[in-house]
Amino acid sequence: MSDLETPPPADPSGLGPEVKQSLLGRYDVAQKAGGLLAPVLTAVLAFAVGGLVVLVTTGKNPLTTYRAIFDGAGFNWFFPWVTGDERSIAALNMQQTLILTTTLILTGLAVAFAFRCGLFNIGGTGQYIVGAVLAVWIGSSFQNTNSLLHIFLAAIAGAMCGALWAGIAGFLKATVGAHEVISTIMLNWIAVFVGVFLFGLGGPLQNDTQEFIPISNDVVEGAKLPVFWGDPLLQGLHVGFFVAIGALVVYWLILNRTTLGYGVKAVGFNPEAARYGGISVSTNYFLAMAISGAFAGLAGAIDILGWQFRLSTNDVSGLGGGGVAFVGIAVALLGRNTAVGVALAALLFGGLLTGTSTRNLDPEIFKPELASNLTLLIQGLVVMFVGADLIVLWLMARMRRRKPA
Amino acid sequence: MTSLALPLAARAPRGLRTVAWIGIALGLLGAWVALPPISSRSWVWSLVLCLVAVMLGAGVLIRGERRFGGFAIAAGVLGFAVAYFATVSSLGKLDTVVVWSALFAAMLRYATPLIFAALGGMFSERSGVTNIGLEGMMLMGAFFGILGADKLGAWYYGLLVAIGAGALMALLHAVLSIHLRADQIIGGTAINFLSLGLTGYLYIDIYGLEGTPTDISGIPQVNIGVIDGIPFIGEVFGHLNLMVWVALILVPLSWVVLFKTPLGLRIRSVGEHPRAADTVGISVYGIRYGAVVLSGMLAACGGAYLSIGFLNSFSENMTAGRGFIALAAVIFGNWRPFGAAAACLLFGFSTALAYRLPEYSSSAAVLFLALPYVLTLIAVAGIIGRSIPPAAVSRPYKKS
Repeated sequence: MSDLETPPPADPSGLGPEVKQSLLGRYDVAQKAGGLLAPVLTAVLAFAVGGLVVLVTTGKNPLTTYRAIFDGAGFNWFFPWVTGDERSIAALNMQQTLILTTTLILTGLAVAFAFRCGLFNIGGTGQYIVGAVLAVWIGSSFQNTNSLLHIFLAAIAGAMCGALWAGIAGFLKATVGAHEVISTIMLNWIAVFVGVFLFGLGGPLQNDTQEFIPISNDVVEGAKLPVFWGDPLLQGLHVGFFVAIGALVVYWLILNRTTLGYGVKAVGFNPEAARYGGISVSTNYFLAMAISGAFAGLAGAIDILGWQFRLSTNDVSGLGGGGVAFVGIAVALLGRNTAVGVALAALLFGGLLTGTSTRNLDPEIFKPELASNLTLLIQGLVVMFVGADLIVLWLMARMRRRKPA
Repeated sequence: MTSLALPLAARAPRGLRTVAWIGIALGLLGAWVALPPISSRSWVWSLVLCLVAVMLGAGVLIRGERRFGGFAIAAGVLGFAVAYFATVSSLGKLDTVVVWSALFAAMLRYATPLIFAALGGMFSERSGVTNIGLEGMMLMGAFFGILGADKLGAWYYGLLVAIGAGALMALLHAVLSIHLRADQIIGGTAINFLSLGLTGYLYIDIYGLEGTPTDISGIPQVNIGVIDGIPFIGEVFGHLNLMVWVALILVPLSWVVLFKTPLGLRIRSVGEHPRAADTVGISVYGIRYGAVVLSGMLAACGGAYLSIGFLNSFSENMTAGRGFIALAAVIFGNWRPFGAAAACLLFGFSTALAYRLPEYSSSAAVLFLALPYVLTLIAVAGIIGRSIPPAAVSRPYKKS
């Protein structure tokens, strides 16, 4: 027995430091090795496989389909030669894309921040839901409040509630070592059913006027976020976009310019080393989860105050299976957990989701119902290729070998 | 091999368990006397029974058997809560909600897909591979089950196609997490996304917006004429779907395989200490591949039961979180077949109850659907005993 490795000490979380270290370690290698190349290659691979699916199942040219999705997302707005009606349609589509990008930046940051601490926050859905619930509750109450104060209150309450919800998982991780993946999955579904209960028929937050419709009250005019690009009646781009940009800056500042961020990253790289260095691992676990949850809760609040204005039981239960918070996982993974990467990945997925929606995709070219599932497939492929970064690293190594030195 | 011996040494003496079981039984009895057919209208009897249950539980708890002691205390507290609400509610409502035979039959129906997936998850995690892709593998089974039954004309072909599809998805997860040493949570998330996208895509592509045809060959029921006349048993067990019986048989079978065969020992040793297992000549990769693929096949059976055994149709994302409940059952059942199956039955019962409770409050009944998740959260928090996963779960193994 003496020549065997001693078994690792009992670790109730099941995820020892060894794994976390190697996971983050490999990200680090990928980042250093490829910089932008690895994520771009990942996305290209995912789109290529997605295109293959299109070709095999429908026999259509995948490039035409992707072009239609590209236009549906409004990315052609960037081309100066697009003018007239086409340009105004592109602008409308672009506004939709940016509204989704706003949400995805925040849900992406929620996953990314926890990742930097070596935690996998798969509970963005639950945190998003509680944030949205608080925002719709506060936003639809207090009729005559100062508009700025009202918005501020609703958004902060949403973020706080998200922080609290994720904080439960962080607290359990920090105190008894409960695996955060399991506890956040459980918290997701608890949030879903509590949400369905609150807005369901006879529920405490169901609307006051239509007794048989399971939906919340509408957010009052004063609490709606102002629209700064486009027509408010056509769902123009709201100022929440700047909140998301601000969140990116805050994310970068916390991680790179504060003691808290240093502690979070140190724990993420190697909890044991951090502990020997005098950094409290459990405090950082809790704080990292809470801050993650605040990002996701803010996403829910901004969606409510920015364009949804109400929450139905269908919205809530729809989030359970997939939805924006889950896309956040793909965004964070593709963006390699950096602020710039998350922003770009959010734009990519925001465009993909908008471009494949029934409203925006040209049905002549590709059935939108099919395309929205194609989006899910591409998401899955992105997550898969990021997870299997060995494939991408191997491809990169081969590409390098081919080049003459 | 020390880590294999550890859980055995840490276990409390057997006698304490028995006392705890008596406590649990008393707590349930306390609730039962207040419900039909007895419907005692006074809660005093229940209070006495449940107090004894709590005291027994507390006694067991402080002597070291935390898990079952906690269960007895919970049974006492919940039992009294149920009994109290039953005594203050009207008899008429009580009789419509609590129809034991219907509740139990519904419990078995709701628990069946969970049992399949949970047993699968248990094998995978026992071999050291976390499988949060159970949800996706179930969904694959649900879609390919109905596709096979529709295109090939018979339910057993459907079941075979479903098993094949689940195995393929599981194989992907296995390659990702074993050979490519990807993070197993990320791999599982990818599996869930891929299955959601793939089944949704093919569903729209093949069936369009009309949905699946209604005349699909479904998995048959097993009608047992002999027990039809027996009051309670006949109503519960007389007309169950074949898959319910298969699930019930698989539970003891899994226990035998896992704890009484060399193969089971190999699976467990690979999950507890892969290096040691490798040293004595067990193929760590081989066992893990086998266990993960088996988990996909079982989860797919659960999904196929949903589509061609239970509902006879398919809709996008129809598993709606059942894979995650199964995962919860694995943890709640402490990675043991009977424990996981008991958790599935409990979760199935809470679902069955949730569909009957709107009699009292249409909105609050839905909270019962959250019960599995709340219980599991409490279980992982270690308030009622600690759930201890296999030591090497989630750790990729690198051959040296």
